[in-house]
Amino acid sequence: MKTMLTEADNTVATVPAAGPRDTKIKARKVQVYYGDTHAIKDVDVDLEDKAVTAFIGPSGCGKSTFLRCLNRMNDTIDVARVEGEITIDDEDIYDKKVDPVQLRAKVGMVFQKPNPFPKSIYDNVAYGPRIHGLAKSKADLDVIVEKSLRRGAIWDEVKDRLTAPGTGLSGGQQQRLCIARAVATEPEVLLMDEPCSALDPIATAKVEELIDELRESYTIVIVTHSMQQAARVSQRTAMFHLGELVEFGDTKEIFTNPTEKRTQDYITGRFG
Amino acid sequence: MVPTSHTVTAFDEDMKFLAHKIAEMGGLAERMVESSIRALIKSDIPLAQKVITDDLVLDEAQATLDDKVVQIIAQRQPVASDLREVFSTIRIASDLERIGDLAKNIAKRVVAISERGHSVNLVRGIDHIGDLALAQLKEVLDAFGSRSVTRINMVRDRDDEIDAMYTSLFRELLTYMMEDPRNITTCTHLLFCAKNIERIGDHATNIAESVYYIVTGEHLSAFRPKEDKTHKIVVDQPDA
Repeated sequence: MKTMLTEADNTVATVPAAGPRDTKIKARKVQVYYGDTHAIKDVDVDLEDKAVTAFIGPSGCGKSTFLRCLNRMNDTIDVARVEGEITIDDEDIYDKKVDPVQLRAKVGMVFQKPNPFPKSIYDNVAYGPRIHGLAKSKADLDVIVEKSLRRGAIWDEVKDRLTAPGTGLSGGQQQRLCIARAVATEPEVLLMDEPCSALDPIATAKVEELIDELRESYTIVIVTHSMQQAARVSQRTAMFHLGELVEFGDTKEIFTNPTEKRTQDYITGRFG
Repeated sequence: MVPTSHTVTAFDEDMKFLAHKIAEMGGLAERMVESSIRALIKSDIPLAQKVITDDLVLDEAQATLDDKVVQIIAQRQPVASDLREVFSTIRIASDLERIGDLAKNIAKRVVAISERGHSVNLVRGIDHIGDLALAQLKEVLDAFGSRSVTRINMVRDRDDEIDAMYTSLFRELLTYMMEDPRNITTCTHLLFCAKNIERIGDHATNIAESVYYIVTGEHLSAFRPKEDKTHKIVVDQPDA
């Protein structure tokens, strides 16, 4: 009986305090055009700090396009035009004063296909801190590299071969290396564009476990085609369709009782 | 939100299988309850035996349904309305299986009661409460079939009526036993039968709540006045 009481107390203690988290990223009336194509229409969304938000929706719905607005990756596409307002910590990231390179150090990105540089494991991670001048000495850099590789949950697997090429790792290891590389510049936001779609289930589970740990330190936005992954890793889910934000809410609500028929049809595999 | 078809048609077939199986189990459970009460009233032992063997069929149907549900969860990982449907199907099947057990228990008592014979008066109350429980069961099975929640609250209200009637039946049977101790055996069996029927009503109410959850994704409010007050009934001792 005493044990049961203790357990009950623990349960109460571990339940996170209710109430909304702080908003990290705020988007208002965001439009994206690719030439004549209106790819994102009037998207308003508040993304929470220290939480994982999943973007879901059928191919071509605009979820990746919108993700790429959050670190101005669309700037690199000539025909792309972004309108509206996106702020991170209330600062307009499309303001003329903002240097996109600095922004991308703050808003890291991990892509669908692991894309380590054709360099050593060490240099893959050290590259960002070097160009952003985050390390004063070799010793400083060593610390950052180790810390980042630990954050990427890959340190134990690579610590004895830091000079080996990053491209020699397995797919799952490469992806975790890319995550380590992304966190090396001390970002506040991590964008992940289908980070597990090229990985096997074990590697996927490792990355998902990692995402869960990283959530304590970063605002994470993940685009995924796997409904189960969205349900597993995210606290909030945004459903896109034809460039519109159809529904945005608590993940557990979206996956048990969505409000919009389009969400319901998409996640249950009924999309026409 | 009326669901359209799944892109994977086999998923639709799976879900149809579940709905079909529930309808089948519901039909059988309903028949068993009806037959067990009729057997009790008419002292029809062969009919009672039929109810007892039918229970095996119902149990098997539940096992088949459970297997299918496990397969669907493993294979399709249902979410949203599909998840609610699959989850509720397990619960409804389990309620129907319990209803079958309760009907079987009534049927088993038919043999014991018939040996002694009984007056029509004694079973009239059972007949009445049985009608109510059966109407209840029909209503919730229709609600499941049509995915309609408009009459769900009525089902809950009527369950209160069943509870109230059970309480009055309890008093009535107690009176018969006090009048003539030779009634005790029969009346005790009848009391259990009445209790079984009252529980059938409770399971029907559970099913109504499951249907409500399938359709709306929300739970009916948990608060329900409990009208079965027999736990408070005592036999007054004149000299106490």
